[in-house]
Amino acid sequence: MMLLPCPWCGPRNATEFRYGGATGARPDPVSATPQQWREYLYTQTNPLGWSREGWYHRAGCRRYITVERHTGTNEVRSALDTATEDG
Amino acid sequence: MNGNGHRSANGNGNGHRPAKLRGYSAWSLVQHGLSRGDWPRTWHDHDMRDSYDVVIIGGGVHGLATAYYLARDHGITNVAVLEKAYIGSGGSGRNTAILRSNYLTPEGVRFYDRSVKLYENLAADLNFNVMFSQRGHLTLAHNDASLRTMRWRSEVNKHEGVDSDVIGPDEVKGLVPYLDTSPDTRYPILGALYHPPGGIVRHDAVVWGYARGADANGAHIHQLTEVTDIDVEHGRVTGVRTNRGRIATKAVVNCTAGWASLISDMAGVSMPVQTFPLQAAVTEPVRPFLDTVVVSGTLHVYVSQTDRGELVFGASVDPFASYSIRGSLEFTEGVAGHVLELMPALSKMRLLRQWAGLCDMTPDYSPIMGPTPVEGFYVDVGWGTYGFKAGPVSGEAMAATVADGAPPEIISSFGLDRFADGRLVGEKGAAAVGH
Repeated sequence: MMLLPCPWCGPRNATEFRYGGATGARPDPVSATPQQWREYLYTQTNPLGWSREGWYHRAGCRRYITVERHTGTNEVRSALDTATEDG
Repeated sequence: MNGNGHRSANGNGNGHRPAKLRGYSAWSLVQHGLSRGDWPRTWHDHDMRDSYDVVIIGGGVHGLATAYYLARDHGITNVAVLEKAYIGSGGSGRNTAILRSNYLTPEGVRFYDRSVKLYENLAADLNFNVMFSQRGHLTLAHNDASLRTMRWRSEVNKHEGVDSDVIGPDEVKGLVPYLDTSPDTRYPILGALYHPPGGIVRHDAVVWGYARGADANGAHIHQLTEVTDIDVEHGRVTGVRTNRGRIATKAVVNCTAGWASLISDMAGVSMPVQTFPLQAAVTEPVRPFLDTVVVSGTLHVYVSQTDRGELVFGASVDPFASYSIRGSLEFTEGVAGHVLELMPALSKMRLLRQWAGLCDMTPDYSPIMGPTPVEGFYVDVGWGTYGFKAGPVSGEAMAATVADGAPPEIISSFGLDRFADGRLVGEKGAAAVGH
């Protein structure tokens, strides 16, 4: 299907991961309006091109990684550990 | 039917409308069969005009049906359907052709039931054989939670007048003897939601029939015409830019699948849509043995047998968003394994081919239909895994929306504003496994 270069485990099949999608900043629960919450919940980007997205390596190192992937070709340009930003 | 009847040929059709739609009949079949004469082309190429009253983006079932009903029901015939490849090349030619109306919400059931009703009369209406076979539709339950949802669905269905009921494993076995209904399987079959009016249809024929009907009523179908931008001035649509030039228009209908958000972005309207590939596969043909459509949500698989004898398999969408429609080995392994859990006798069958289409998934598994904040820009998108079965009713409803400027009752719950207002129409329980 697709190999993802996990910074901890090396190249692994995408089926080992859970796709998290393009992530945006979570609104502040205290001050956010219902409108802002709904935008955050429902309106994600859906680009045809390079996308920066989160993946969880559930059948491997169980780390969250941030991947740059082309949504038209599934080519992967970079994969970093989300917490440490190490490649 | 001449298999090439839908293709655009060169030459003679250019520029003029057919004076009269020539009907198909048993007599014309005999006549052509004996004379071996050429079948006339079913629809025609036209030069592109500088302006149209309505421009429909997407030459699939939805776009062509919208053009057809605009002419038939509302007398609006100065209409262009723009298709970037050939008609039916997107979701309309890639789906698994299953029709049903046993959804979960009353809004959904009413909507899809109208579509089944239109499909029942479509061959007569279009004078084009779409081969609708109402062979019955079974959704299997392998656990108590599924059974509970099916009882809920069947009650909602009955309330809306749709034939739908929960049946036990013995009745399931009677309908599909090849199913392994023994209690010793990994996921034993505890029952099923049985929906007799469900079935399969020839999806290419539906596309060609609507194209022929729209063309005969004066609509122009432009293939190899890709929309590159949509002109919006002061909050109103003024035109569409294509690889073949600009078209002035006051009404644009986005009837695309897979490109819903990209086309809507051109008009400055963002869609709550994520695009996922959905794969399907077909086996070599065998003698008829499977009368009904069989679906298993737990096993993420659905199976039907075509008129040619091939088994068509489908599954859930791929696990991550993408515009790539390459097939994957994981899909083939998964679908084969799950089909064999249901019907072990198929272990020697060979797959012929697999393919994929693009599904615009919405947060609530219901479509997004109707006007948008940009005046004159209408959407008929977010068709996830259930777009083909909704083709006729969507065309009818979108034609009414464009003609009247407001959506009719049957799609009033599916507006884009429901995401801002929090009025979602949750259909995941009945639509999550695409079929």
